[in-house]
Amino acid sequence: MRANAAVIAAVLLFSAGCAQVELRGSGDLGVIVERSAGRLQVVDTTRQASIGAIAGLGDLSHASVVYSRDGRYAYVFGRDGGLTKVDLLRLRIERRVVQSGNSIGGAISQDGKLVTAANYTPGGVRVFDADTLEMLADIPATYGDGGQRAKVVGIEDAAGSRFAFSLFEAGEIWVADLSVPRAPKIQKFRDIGRQPYDALVTLDGRYYLAGLFGEDGVAMLDLWHPERGVRRVLPGYGKGEQPLPVFKMPHLEGWAMAGHLAFLPAVGRHEVLVVDTLTWREAGRIAVAGQPVFVMAQPDGRQIWVNFALPDNDKVQVIDTETRQVTRTLSPGRAVLHMEFTARGESVWISARDDNRVTVYDTATFERKAELAVEQPSGIFFTVRALRFGF
Amino acid sequence: MRRASVLWPGLALACALAPAYADGVAPAREAELVRLVRQDCGSCHGLTLKGGLGPPLAAAALGDKPAAYLKYTILYGRPGTPMPPWRAYLTEADAEWIAARLLEGFPDAR
Repeated sequence: MRANAAVIAAVLLFSAGCAQVELRGSGDLGVIVERSAGRLQVVDTTRQASIGAIAGLGDLSHASVVYSRDGRYAYVFGRDGGLTKVDLLRLRIERRVVQSGNSIGGAISQDGKLVTAANYTPGGVRVFDADTLEMLADIPATYGDGGQRAKVVGIEDAAGSRFAFSLFEAGEIWVADLSVPRAPKIQKFRDIGRQPYDALVTLDGRYYLAGLFGEDGVAMLDLWHPERGVRRVLPGYGKGEQPLPVFKMPHLEGWAMAGHLAFLPAVGRHEVLVVDTLTWREAGRIAVAGQPVFVMAQPDGRQIWVNFALPDNDKVQVIDTETRQVTRTLSPGRAVLHMEFTARGESVWISARDDNRVTVYDTATFERKAELAVEQPSGIFFTVRALRFGF
Repeated sequence: MRRASVLWPGLALACALAPAYADGVAPAREAELVRLVRQDCGSCHGLTLKGGLGPPLAAAALGDKPAAYLKYTILYGRPGTPMPPWRAYLTEADAEWIAARLLEGFPDAR
């Protein structure tokens, strides 16, 4: 009997071991950041459930994530300068370095071999080997007489081992060519506008667009033709109007494209701005419930989902891109921080920080399909990002 | 020993100020303010208040900035920077309470 019990125990132990490394793909996985706990929940978007947690990632307030091209590893950029490579299949930290004092986010190269981190303190960009997290290059964001360093925002990957990023205090856009990773070649674009606060690259990786906090308009660089320089688009936007206070900076990562129209958060206005990307001119404005933070298009481009800064951060509004009307106002919970679509967009996951909850909505019926208990959830990042520019 | 000598005056100060909190800010409101500062101010200044797009708000970083200056900045913002005026959400007493707590090291959210 005793021997049998031992055999059964051994078999159970063995199968438990196997279950932990279940043979599976990573295409429908993702992570949810638990910002105060310094932990990630790893989620399965098919089962709509958490499959485990990975702790010990430091200060994850304003954390962001990029993925290895096989979707197995997430690179997590923490506010405290931590860069952590986590294995979604084995549910563990693979490597971790604290690479700066204060970081805002990062990007991964087109070939998946380089990870870059954009830092506030010390202001600049650091380049890492994606396998080992060994630092390959340090690019200080010096400006003016060279004694000052700017905070780096809006780092985006571009074709050919290039990365574009913006210098907040300096009002500059830099493009770093990392074809030789230890010897970056930097192209600097000066006087692009005051206080670029975030940026995005279009889905095709061609246009880098930096939002300006300090003045009207958006700075645009055509990465196919950097020799043409940075030009200002949407020049008249908001001119002559008194902007409203902005209680949370909008994000441009999810700058939504639907056909040739782009939808973006206005700054200091309770509006979503519609831009025709054929002419880069304003094509309309849609009044919404508050200061938009994320304006995100479903992958099919049919609807736009918007969340808001205080005091409207308990709402999410849905805009129909054909009629350009708000069709729904949802209440996913208190302090909605982020939204993420599955690859083809049949569902959207929405985090509500102050209700410790992530809700999964059906994007066609708006039905709540699942709720996950997550401690102070902020960003939600699915592995589909691995396959796209700018994510 | 050294730690104790730092702590006791702090406690004494807290006790001396306690009635003043009761005047301006109810205990339930204090919890809301702690959450607001940690979570919402934290989106620019960092959850640990060590700075982000906005400057650090840790006591050491604030140095000898006067409480009145902090209170004014909280209520009216800093034109030319992304710091917004919070007076639509915060009373004078709220802002005074936050400024005083920042200068002595802000309490934890949990």
